[in-house]
Amino acid sequence: MINHEKIEKNSILLLVLAIIVVSIGGMVEILPLFRMETVIEPVKGIRPYTPLELAGQNIYIRENCAVCHSQQIRSLRDDVTRYGHYSLAAESMYDHPFLWGSKRIGPDLARVGGKYSDAWHVAHLSNPRSVVPESVMPNFSFLMTRGADLVDIADHLRVLRLLGVPYTDDMIANAYNDGISQARADGDAPGLKKRYGDKVNVRDFDGQPNFVSEMDALIAYLQKLGTDVDFTTFDPNMDPRDQLVNPVPEPAPEPAPEKGK
Amino acid sequence: MHFIDWVSNSSGIIVTVIFFTVFLGIAIWAYLPSNKKNLEDQGMIPFKGQEKTAKEKDELSGVETTGHNWDGIKELNKPIPRWWLIVFILAIIYAIGYWVLYPAWPVPHGNSRGELHWNEHKDLAKEESEIAAIQEKNLARIHTSTLQQIQDDKDLYEFAKDGGAAVFKQNCIVCHGSNATGGNGFPNLVDDDWLWGGKLEDIYKTIKVGIRSTSPDTRTSQMPSFGRDGILTPAQIQDVAEFVQKLHLGDKAEITPAYTRGKDIYAANCTVCHGKNGDGNQALGAPRHNDDIWLYGNGDMKSIVDSITNAHAGVMPSWEGRLSDDTIKELAIYVHSLGGGQ
Repeated sequence: MINHEKIEKNSILLLVLAIIVVSIGGMVEILPLFRMETVIEPVKGIRPYTPLELAGQNIYIRENCAVCHSQQIRSLRDDVTRYGHYSLAAESMYDHPFLWGSKRIGPDLARVGGKYSDAWHVAHLSNPRSVVPESVMPNFSFLMTRGADLVDIADHLRVLRLLGVPYTDDMIANAYNDGISQARADGDAPGLKKRYGDKVNVRDFDGQPNFVSEMDALIAYLQKLGTDVDFTTFDPNMDPRDQLVNPVPEPAPEPAPEKGK
Repeated sequence: MHFIDWVSNSSGIIVTVIFFTVFLGIAIWAYLPSNKKNLEDQGMIPFKGQEKTAKEKDELSGVETTGHNWDGIKELNKPIPRWWLIVFILAIIYAIGYWVLYPAWPVPHGNSRGELHWNEHKDLAKEESEIAAIQEKNLARIHTSTLQQIQDDKDLYEFAKDGGAAVFKQNCIVCHGSNATGGNGFPNLVDDDWLWGGKLEDIYKTIKVGIRSTSPDTRTSQMPSFGRDGILTPAQIQDVAEFVQKLHLGDKAEITPAYTRGKDIYAANCTVCHGKNGDGNQALGAPRHNDDIWLYGNGDMKSIVDSITNAHAGVMPSWEGRLSDDTIKELAIYVHSLGGGQ
């Protein structure tokens, strides 16, 4: 029987046993992460963010919205009653970083898309107390006067592709134009809809038809949140891995670099 | 690009190599001849054959020490408490049991489901069905009744109203206000002025399809931007704005030249939708002008001129899909009961 004295006085034995213990801990905690992709259940309808929505998400990150707003509806009755269907892992699979948050000083935003009108979002973001008197949210009126940061948005798409978001070459090549055209007041953006699907909201979000502002970007992002999955056909009682096909296209491979460089 | 791909594909190996390099490094470092003497002097590593033979006892507790010496601080030679060890072993057994019974570990095509086949969603469904069972009698009747039947049945009406009130708080108050009195651009639901109709069926339909929403059946209309599109001149807009501002005063309105000019402009441009007397048209969502209720602004000239110049087109989302049909019925009953229902 090895007692503590033997272990503590024999450094090699201590080292070997420590490696064994730490390895077990490491395996339990680290190994599942290598198989992460297998635990995200693919769900029909999830699409990557459009360039304008991505610019909006960047504003959401920059302004630290996740400090006060969560984006995860837990499968608890209270949550589901108030916010809608519980969040699925796949719904945030293209979020880098994920924005689940852990505090609800404000309400959960996982399904805020389509819940309120654009005009409401503009009024609320500009001065929250004009529509919700008891709100403690800061004013974000400056979003109206700043242009959405679309100049380098193609690079953002490219980086996200490295992280596994299935942006195609076509999407990256047209990122800037797609970003501008999503805020068109006449809703005419066939290329954008061809690339990202017909459900993409194309309209003038902020009421300034000739200016793609940060307000446009942020509202485009908010109006997309939680709207991908059609829950009329989603059956939560089925084993998720049985019911859904994987609709996500494989990312187009980068052109093979020449050998021997 | 190459390097990043390589890192992400072989991160498992990299982590393992780093892990063992660090451990081996420490071991080799400890046995370097130059360190050996040093560590020995400090009594940190009792190398083979060099352990202290005489057991040293701590003066205060009478327990023997391990012989290790850190700047005069010595360690008592005591095992971890037995109870702690037992709890530790029980925790390991518990963890294994948990692992077998509950979802825990990635396996091909997903994760292990656990022998109990437990998941949160089943718990939720169970909880929801318990609530539904309590409300079953009333819910079933709401499902099969028309709005009029619900209104005529006192008990069912109260049930629907309470349900609607709860849903209203969760979904509607951010625009329409916690007292349902609305705000600038968001209609007041407590008064008897309705844009798209205040009958039960009208309210039900408005909630269901929304106004200028993404629903294919949405209620929609668009007032022309009389100023922006150059249909009226700014002077004409001032005149007609004055007429609209005073319209609710009826005979008591002060007749100014602008009022008279505005009346003609109103008759020529506005009456198609807003009615001869400014009664509005609920089929088109055209607001009534001959009352002192204002959706945008408070009846001040600036707001009226702005509305005529740029035209507003308020949007209400469609709630079909987000709320069940029965819930929309309850909500319609509640909104109708707020005071202005027709």
